[in-house]
Amino acid sequence: MINSLFLINPSGEMFLEKHWKSVVSRSVCDYFLEAKEKALEPEDVPPVIHTPHHYLISIYRDKLFFLSVIQTEVPPLFVIEFLHRVAEMIQDYFGECSETVVKDHMVMVYELLEEMLDNGFPLATESNVLKEMIRPPTILRSVVNTLTGTSNVGDTLLTGQLSTIPWRRAGVRYTNNEAYFDVVEEIDAILDQSGTTVFAEIQGVVEACVKLSGMPDLTLSFMNPRLLDDVSFHPCVRYKLWESERVLSFIPPDGNFTLMTYHVNAQNLVAIPVYVKQSISFFECGSDGRLDVTVGPKQTMGKTVEGVMVTVHLPKTILSINLTATQGSYTYDNGTKLLVWDIGKLNPQKLPNLRGSLSLQAGAPKPEENPSLNIDLKIQQLAISGLKVNRLDMFGEKYKPFKGVKYITKAGKFQVRT
Amino acid sequence: MLSMSTNNLSYNDQGGSDSAVEVGQETTPTSSNAGAGFGLFSTNFKKNDDLKEMLESNKDSLKLDAMKRIIALIATGKNASELFPAVVKNVASKNIELKKLVYVYLVRYAEEQQDLALLSISTFQRALKVTHDPNQLIRASALRVLSSIRVPIIVPIMMLAIKEAASDMSPYVRKTSAHAIQKLYSLDPDQKEHLIEVIDKLLKDKSTLVAGSVVMAFEEVCPDRIDLIHKNYRKLCNLLVDVEEWGQVVIITMLTRYARTQFTSPWKEDGLFDENSETAFYESDEKKTKNGDEKKSYMMDPDHRLLLRNTKPLLQSRNTAVVVSVAQLYWHLAPKHEVGVITKSLVRLLRSHREVQYVVLQNIATMSIQRKGMFEPYMKSFYVRSTDATHIKSLKLEILTSLANEANISTILREFQTYVKSQDKQFAAGTIQAIGRCATNISEVTDTCLQGLVLLLSNRDETVVAESVVVIKKLLQTQPTQHSDIIKHMAKLFDNIAVPMARASILWLMGEYCERVPQIAPDVLRKMAKSFTSEEDIVKLQTVNLAAKLYLTNSKQTKLLTQYILNLGKYDQNYDIRDRTRFIRQLIVPNEKSGALGKYARRILLAPKPAPVLESTYKDRDRYQLGTLSHTINTKASGYLELSDWPAVAPDQSVRNVEVIEPVKEWAPSLGKTGKSKLSKSSDDKFYSDSGEEEEKEKGSGSSSSDDSSSRSEGLFGHVCTIKYHTFFLVPVLLSVVPVSGYTVLSQSKCLSRSLFSLCILTPCPLSCAAALLQVSGPAFVPEKRHDLLHRMTGKGLSAQYQFPRQPCLYQPTMVSVQISLTNTTDHPLEQIHIGDRGPTGLDMHCFNTVECLLPEASVTVSLGVDFNDSTQAANFQLCTKEDQFSVSIQPAVGELFLPATMTEQDFRKEQGKLLGMNESSATITMAAENTTRQPISRQVATVANLGVVPSGQDNIHRFAGKTASSGAVVLVTVELRESSAALITINTEKSVMGPMLLRDLKRALTRA
Repeated sequence: MINSLFLINPSGEMFLEKHWKSVVSRSVCDYFLEAKEKALEPEDVPPVIHTPHHYLISIYRDKLFFLSVIQTEVPPLFVIEFLHRVAEMIQDYFGECSETVVKDHMVMVYELLEEMLDNGFPLATESNVLKEMIRPPTILRSVVNTLTGTSNVGDTLLTGQLSTIPWRRAGVRYTNNEAYFDVVEEIDAILDQSGTTVFAEIQGVVEACVKLSGMPDLTLSFMNPRLLDDVSFHPCVRYKLWESERVLSFIPPDGNFTLMTYHVNAQNLVAIPVYVKQSISFFECGSDGRLDVTVGPKQTMGKTVEGVMVTVHLPKTILSINLTATQGSYTYDNGTKLLVWDIGKLNPQKLPNLRGSLSLQAGAPKPEENPSLNIDLKIQQLAISGLKVNRLDMFGEKYKPFKGVKYITKAGKFQVRT
Repeated sequence: MLSMSTNNLSYNDQGGSDSAVEVGQETTPTSSNAGAGFGLFSTNFKKNDDLKEMLESNKDSLKLDAMKRIIALIATGKNASELFPAVVKNVASKNIELKKLVYVYLVRYAEEQQDLALLSISTFQRALKVTHDPNQLIRASALRVLSSIRVPIIVPIMMLAIKEAASDMSPYVRKTSAHAIQKLYSLDPDQKEHLIEVIDKLLKDKSTLVAGSVVMAFEEVCPDRIDLIHKNYRKLCNLLVDVEEWGQVVIITMLTRYARTQFTSPWKEDGLFDENSETAFYESDEKKTKNGDEKKSYMMDPDHRLLLRNTKPLLQSRNTAVVVSVAQLYWHLAPKHEVGVITKSLVRLLRSHREVQYVVLQNIATMSIQRKGMFEPYMKSFYVRSTDATHIKSLKLEILTSLANEANISTILREFQTYVKSQDKQFAAGTIQAIGRCATNISEVTDTCLQGLVLLLSNRDETVVAESVVVIKKLLQTQPTQHSDIIKHMAKLFDNIAVPMARASILWLMGEYCERVPQIAPDVLRKMAKSFTSEEDIVKLQTVNLAAKLYLTNSKQTKLLTQYILNLGKYDQNYDIRDRTRFIRQLIVPNEKSGALGKYARRILLAPKPAPVLESTYKDRDRYQLGTLSHTINTKASGYLELSDWPAVAPDQSVRNVEVIEPVKEWAPSLGKTGKSKLSKSSDDKFYSDSGEEEEKEKGSGSSSSDDSSSRSEGLFGHVCTIKYHTFFLVPVLLSVVPVSGYTVLSQSKCLSRSLFSLCILTPCPLSCAAALLQVSGPAFVPEKRHDLLHRMTGKGLSAQYQFPRQPCLYQPTMVSVQISLTNTTDHPLEQIHIGDRGPTGLDMHCFNTVECLLPEASVTVSLGVDFNDSTQAANFQLCTKEDQFSVSIQPAVGELFLPATMTEQDFRKEQGKLLGMNESSATITMAAENTTRQPISRQVATVANLGVVPSGQDNIHRFAGKTASSGAVVLVTVELRESSAALITINTEKSVMGPMLLRDLKRALTRA
């Protein structure tokens, strides 16, 4: 299966390599670097590259390339999924996934990779199991380690890997037993010039933070589960009970995890929380244009829209811009031609507006297409689909846990064509 | 600290003497360096001179620091092999972290330092012995490292260790041995035969931990030994849900291949809609079926069904690789009408990471070519966003093009219009090609597309214009007759088009179709003659071509022009043009030297050219199994295993039977550490086909939690199902008798039933004794009554009626078959009539195959199976046509939920004796006068309920018997005539709801005249 892994930074330096079978020379990465050179953006590098003797499957994430070398047939998604797990593992252990973090914890990352695969086949990918084998670094622990000479490598017997519920370790104890669930919904939408919805859908995810002692068996039910059209679950969820009763029954992993993701029935019309009035025009003669964008609340269910942000990839021929915002501030990077207008909270009484002039490079033709606007927003205490958690019951343990549910609506891939 | 110092002491005994020598030689103080070592590593290898010393010191902390620096060197790809002797000495260290790092080092460099690596072997051998170390994890990790050391000389040792570990009592060690098999195989392929033995043994393992790894080993070592899978097939299917996600992917892929060799094609079932050439053949077959012949040509192997059923829940996995592997399994194995279930899940994956999108979109692209309908409802999910990566954009474009049909083409073209304006010119060019493909595929829009493309000719961007011209050229080539006006238009635009490629294309078009535009072509040539010298090379070449073609067709007007151009070309700077000019002149201008070739000039230059085919690049990708690497790169990757074609005749099914029947325990968790979750989970997959109600009860009785409310009868009931399940797969041939064992169990105590059951299986003539008791018979009477399913007014012209044919359902014995006759009362054909959404709480249904087209005034009868689950709850679903969806429901009368049974009067009484008290409901009624003899009574009862008549010795007592379709519970009806047309109706059944309902219906029927 997976033969080797290389971590490569955007400038093409291979700063970590790990081989699970015979060593593969790093010159194999040349094919990848070549493809990287050809691509305009790092995102455009094809994920699967075919070289004479190897197949290179890579992901680009957090400004790093994770490149795996494969020698024989294997489902590409198997590898891609694993590489993302590696990135998530690094994030989980060290708080972020970046070149500096990996370089700082080189040995630990290497040890983790060693544990994650055996002969190229995933052995332990559950964060819970890994953390028992190799404890994540904390400031306190590193101080203790230097003083006492103990190590980060777990010497206790691993129970997680052997149990039938590998996602939970035995003997968890908390003084405060709490379970929090965040229902986060994202609106994916494409709006056209006139503001009509070309395409819209709601994708949701239930993130959980469960800190409960022992082996709790939880049941989470919704008021209106019929809204959910398509779901995917963490392995802990008993699928059959969902099928028959539409409740989520599970023994939770310890700590943070994604309980489920869902898609809301597309037949329900999606409420679009904001509208965008925009006009971007370039004059046929002369070398400048105008930009005028106004954002206002639309269907917000009486909640405030926060964290509104408009991102525009301006055409490459733009020379400079001169804009004024009535609310918030804008930044513009002339190198990448990226205009970001950070509005903040939306005030229905006084609509934020950004207007001004754009000047084009001399002699450059008028851009044919206006750039599309990407909108970012956040609404607290609202699940836009109307999904509501009914109740959470716990079995198997005696204590009374503290329970909490939070709803957030965000913009996903929310694009306004102009 | 105390324990550590003792470690050091014991360690010093081994290595103390030579380290002392080394330390003596080099006197550099190392302690200062030691503390700072961690976290930093220097790129300069010379600074690592002290490492050796540190490794040979007495302090574990120093050694640890040294090892960490060494590992950091390895991680960055630097060579640390010369430290091998110093490192390997620490292999037996008692410090776990140090030991681990030494292992890591050893595995990395053992291949290069084989002799020295041998020194460490004995350590692992010792750790492998159970007696030496009772800790399974130590045994496992010793085996893991031992097998990772790629030194050929230790092959025999590895072989021994693997064999031993394969029979270890710890499943984790066995899992490790499965991994070791692959490593040994890659080291020494000669060991194959021995390794296959181990694989065979491990395949029999019942632990979920082992399953994934051993199948991986199987795939790598002996993928062709399909015979090893037979006996484990059902077990693998049943374990699948509980296997870890990576193992699931491997098992599903392997089972896909397996199923394609063992089962017959389910696609024949809906031959009508199969795109294959077999259509005609099966069409006739299908008609036969409709004529009341109940023997369908295809019946799915229960094992095949088992696989489909047990993989379906995994579509909800969070692991995208699992979802796609299930999707490909359905694509390659499921009957065509069931493939639809994967659509939603695949579309869901489009929300995932970019790389996942890429692979999923590729698979969708291949699927959407063959089955447009699958993804058409989700068309908008494939709309391109400006932020998508280039390869994602082009894949989405590809899919949108494949999905285009007459109905949605206008929407798609509108969307394409946006894309054409994209700043990403490469993408815009791709869109133009896509428009071209839509135009050729859908003749209605060809003209619109052409007009649109012609407009694009005035675009400012070179790529866009060039692409448009090229696509127009191709489109015109496919149908040149009708479009002389476009050629004229292009000629008009010619002056404004600057892109050389586009100009050249237009000139080519003029030349090719010069006879259609006899007025314009010479004029264009005239213009070109004027500007010839200032044109680009490709334009010049095409000008020469145009001149030659015109000279041949219309020499009167163009002779001089041609000669002028040929003269210009003769002295051109470019040798290609000079060359071409010379060639053309020889070819077309007759002179004494031109010889034979000149005669054929017309045929050479104006030969009809084949039209280019505009088709998807994913057209023939389906030759590779979906979801594979080979599919993604469109070439056969090394190690790719072909998916075989379905066998014409299914190989012996009995090979999958497992000889030894273990009692119910077999399904209980083998590692029962966490009893509850395991049990409920395993029951999950066991009862996947059964209703949730039953499953819940099973869970309740199995759980350790306090809510132990399940009564005794429910517990028993659970077992009935389990055993039924057994029978279902063990004796598939005896399908119709299945419920019999269930029936027997009901009346016996739990353990007795178990032994009886195994007895039945083991006796050569299974179940015959029980079968004598209760046999499903044909219906005594089939009511003609039809019920309205969909009125033609509400159904916009589609009307549907249903009736209960009272035949045992073909699809599943627990289902009730329903016949639906669909009639088209409109004046236009209705297309794609099928069953749509069944709602979340829908009953288990076996849908009919999509009716592709129903002509006006025509009607068709289709049958479906519904598992009503022994309740009169209506089955709600949506009846869909291509355009509309209608919510309909089938409301069964209680009598339709039975299957008639025959039994003797004696047995009847015996059964009745067991179903007294709560299970009995009776009423006295006054019969209608004409209903007092045997015949009318039988008819009346048979009309109400699908029951069989039991021969009766007494004239005044009439008995009827049957069983419920879903759970197979016995239903007994007695009608006892008393004086003066009074009668006592008694119903005995354990279904306490169905009894009174049936009684009410019977009362009504018998009192009515």
